[in-house]
Amino acid sequence: MSPDASPGFWLTGLAIVAGVLFVLGLLAAAGRVRAAYWATLAVCAAGAVLDLGFLAAGHAGPPLSVPIGLPGAGIQLALDGISAFFLLLLMLIGAAAAATALDDHGHYNSTAALLPVFIGAMTLSLLAADAFSLVLGFEAMSLASFGLVLTNHTDPPVRSAALLYLGMAALGAACLIPAMALLVHLEPGAVDLSFAAIREHPPQGWRAIAILVLVLIGAGSKAGLAPLHVWLPPAHAAAPSHVSALMSGAMTKVALYVIVRMLFDLCGPAQPIWWGVPLMALGAMGAVLGALRANIEGDITAVRACSTVENIGLIAVGLGLALAARSADLPALAALAMGGALLHVMAHGLFKSLLFLGAGAALHGAGTRALERLGGLIHRMPVTTGCMLVGAACLAALPPTSGFASEWTLFQAVLAGPRIGGVALQTLICVVALLMALAAALAAAAAVRLIGVGFLGRPRTPRTAAAHEVGYAAQLAMLAMALLCLLAGLFPGAVLAAAAAGLKQTVGLTMAGRSSLLLVTPQAGSPGYAAPAIAALLGLALAGVVWVVRRRATGGSRRGPAWDCGFGPPPAWLPFGDPITQYGGASFGQPLRRALGVALLGAFELVDMPEPGQTRAARLIVRSKDPASALLFKPVARWRDALSGYADHLQFLTIRRTLSVIFGVVVLFLLAVVLLEQL
Amino acid sequence: MSTIIALIAQLLHIALMLAAAPLLIGLIRRIKARLLGRAGPSLIQPFRDLQRLLRKQPVLADNASWLFAAAPAVSFAATLAAAALIPSFALGMTTAPLADMIVIAGLLTLSRVVLALAGMDIGTAFGGIGASREMTFAVFAEPALLLVIFTLALLAGSTNLDVIATVLREGTLGLRVSLGLSMVAVITIAIVENGRIPVDNPATHLELTMVHEAMVLEYSGRHLALIEWGVALRLLLWLTLICTIFVPFGSGQASGFPPYWITGALAWAAKLGVLAIALAVFESSIAKMRVFRVPEFLGIALLLGVLAVIFLFVSQGFT
Repeated sequence: MSPDASPGFWLTGLAIVAGVLFVLGLLAAAGRVRAAYWATLAVCAAGAVLDLGFLAAGHAGPPLSVPIGLPGAGIQLALDGISAFFLLLLMLIGAAAAATALDDHGHYNSTAALLPVFIGAMTLSLLAADAFSLVLGFEAMSLASFGLVLTNHTDPPVRSAALLYLGMAALGAACLIPAMALLVHLEPGAVDLSFAAIREHPPQGWRAIAILVLVLIGAGSKAGLAPLHVWLPPAHAAAPSHVSALMSGAMTKVALYVIVRMLFDLCGPAQPIWWGVPLMALGAMGAVLGALRANIEGDITAVRACSTVENIGLIAVGLGLALAARSADLPALAALAMGGALLHVMAHGLFKSLLFLGAGAALHGAGTRALERLGGLIHRMPVTTGCMLVGAACLAALPPTSGFASEWTLFQAVLAGPRIGGVALQTLICVVALLMALAAALAAAAAVRLIGVGFLGRPRTPRTAAAHEVGYAAQLAMLAMALLCLLAGLFPGAVLAAAAAGLKQTVGLTMAGRSSLLLVTPQAGSPGYAAPAIAALLGLALAGVVWVVRRRATGGSRRGPAWDCGFGPPPAWLPFGDPITQYGGASFGQPLRRALGVALLGAFELVDMPEPGQTRAARLIVRSKDPASALLFKPVARWRDALSGYADHLQFLTIRRTLSVIFGVVVLFLLAVVLLEQL
Repeated sequence: MSTIIALIAQLLHIALMLAAAPLLIGLIRRIKARLLGRAGPSLIQPFRDLQRLLRKQPVLADNASWLFAAAPAVSFAATLAAAALIPSFALGMTTAPLADMIVIAGLLTLSRVVLALAGMDIGTAFGGIGASREMTFAVFAEPALLLVIFTLALLAGSTNLDVIATVLREGTLGLRVSLGLSMVAVITIAIVENGRIPVDNPATHLELTMVHEAMVLEYSGRHLALIEWGVALRLLLWLTLICTIFVPFGSGQASGFPPYWITGALAWAAKLGVLAIALAVFESSIAKMRVFRVPEFLGIALLLGVLAVIFLFVSQGFT
């Protein structure tokens, strides 16, 4: 099997990977769960190798027709630069999730069969080369993940989260399928669903606008684009952590891939400049909203889900800018924005799945994911905490991590954005830059809150004090992901090289000449961001400091009780001190909740103080609500109830009225048919 | 040859920054004392303090983790790396191609995040309150700083500090309303980032008014020495940044004739002296504000930043 065997070699291999993943679902359903996990791990690793081979060897071959699916048409699979880039991320996260699942002690056996199916369905959506198989893969992915969210279905919150998730998936399907239908060019006689046929007839006019709106709702709801992100925090908190890692790291990226595929590739380059505006505006709003909620939520998984909303928003800004710049015929700027977006796709996919795996480790080792019950895990779970520190550094976009490299590139693109022209658009870009920086700073605060409250400090419960490290497979998965995060941060140029074919395909220009292994620059020849050099500078500075301190300062240290401005040591019955005297998640987020939460999230605090003489404890009640659910979902739910109330009358009609209703409907239907025939 | 000279200038710059940082603190304390009618301590008192702290053995709290012990060095190293990137007496040093302003902001964030984590590590209320407030202030300071970077990038065509300083030193841009607005914004941000009055009081030992001091309350010995030195270095770094961008005149060129470095260094010292006096007068004439007012204070910087960018769009029809 030499790398240049045939153009279809890598594609065939990956198609087999997708098929095997579906079969592995059957194996797990037959009770061989561990074998299925091992096989999933191996198949995903093989898929990653095949995908890297394609990215290195380079050229897209003809599509592969598989005789499954629609009668006569089958499904078509193809591999090109953009799908290979997303597929690489999916395979890496899939392998890490399967490895972590090996350590689940059989807790998740009830839905184990769906894990390989979920990964297989995502692979299918990425490989799809016709409208039918894309929708098939996307919906299979939705259904499989719905089943996985329901793993702990005995909990009522899990059931309501899964129902909300299913509703959003149905909304997504109801928008995505019509969007596909509008894209397909109708010719008398034969309907060709393949992407190649669609590309020949890009949509125009109202059809293009309708497709834009439907794709933003259909794929945007799955990606977690504001304001359709409300399902994300509950669903991620409900699912097992390795499933959340896949959902947040990979599934939202598959949805972004669908956005890229449909808006950049299938709709063609001849779209107006304002096409990028909705993505930029929604992305920037979602980024701030998600990052702010990440500072308020109390469950570490929900914190990360909100931060996913933030990062998807940042990626959406990059995509929107790339769309606008491409339409304005600025391919260099478009490539910079798209490159930043793809870098962030890779960076976020890696560090977010790492953080979710770490949250699973905390749940496993300390028995809870609530910030108010964790604490001090750095002493009991050193490997997990070390990996979480890497992930949190990426989340906070600290140099020289991968999060910083991608956000730096995105910022460079946004700062160069005013070149597109038009004062209105320029002002929008200025506001977007402001919101992006706000989101990045909020994410840093959320990262400190997450690590500081959850993993540092004193344990808050006896269960947390007795936490233990997770199994070796899960540890190895986290270490591998942490290593990948560090490598992606040190060598963003390598990630951009992997994205080169995708960039060429979507915006017509690569980052060649502007990014090498060591340096990424906004314009050819100008100074830029050299991650290895910055890392070396930091390392030198650290070495110098340590050397001076070693030479000049008194060595060693003594241990003693914390000074704490003179507070006494804790009493003997509270060996870790009184847990409430420690800053918790709610108290850490309080300044931000007051400064921004009141305006953006409608947060309010109520102090429930007992009357003098009563002995009960005082309580502080804090509530906040997401504006998307208050302004969008609650009214929709009210309309739904009202409509179903009206429809309810139909059940109780007399037989005569029922017959006349049926008769009326048939007449209307025939009329519609006649009218449509006339058109 | 010019590479070696640039490297010498770089090393000289780092040494000067490290040495001048405690001196600057001493100078500001001295001026403030004089303004209050006291004689004030010697200018080199901060050096003596650092030496005293370095001599003492640190006491770690019982449950301090490795992160707590490592944080001061990492935080100091990040500040030092940022300081190495900001030109003082000469432009075009060895690290000039790396001196991206977003990278500098990122390094300062790294320094802050590491100390905030260390503040949470012992699990005391003071560490938590300091870390929480420090991160909250940063949430408002960073967008304002990015808007200033936006303005400068629009004017100079790059976010690289050396390129920006070179363009502004040439003076071809003339006086700009946007630059003036940006300067006020940067000064506001610098006050917050360095925890000076009216945002935080570096001299306080009253628990309820502390932000930065509360965060590092548990530190002692060589750890505390590194933190104090880092704080001094950060103040010097911000003042140098203001000089480099808004008063770029007089600085030399690293690749040029070394004697010009002396005039550059003298100009730098003079600018720092003026800024130190201004800071001392400002701090002596104003009271500390409530913590929850700080976001409003930074809101001014944000607003000025937005105005500066939009002024550019409208005034020159930037395309």
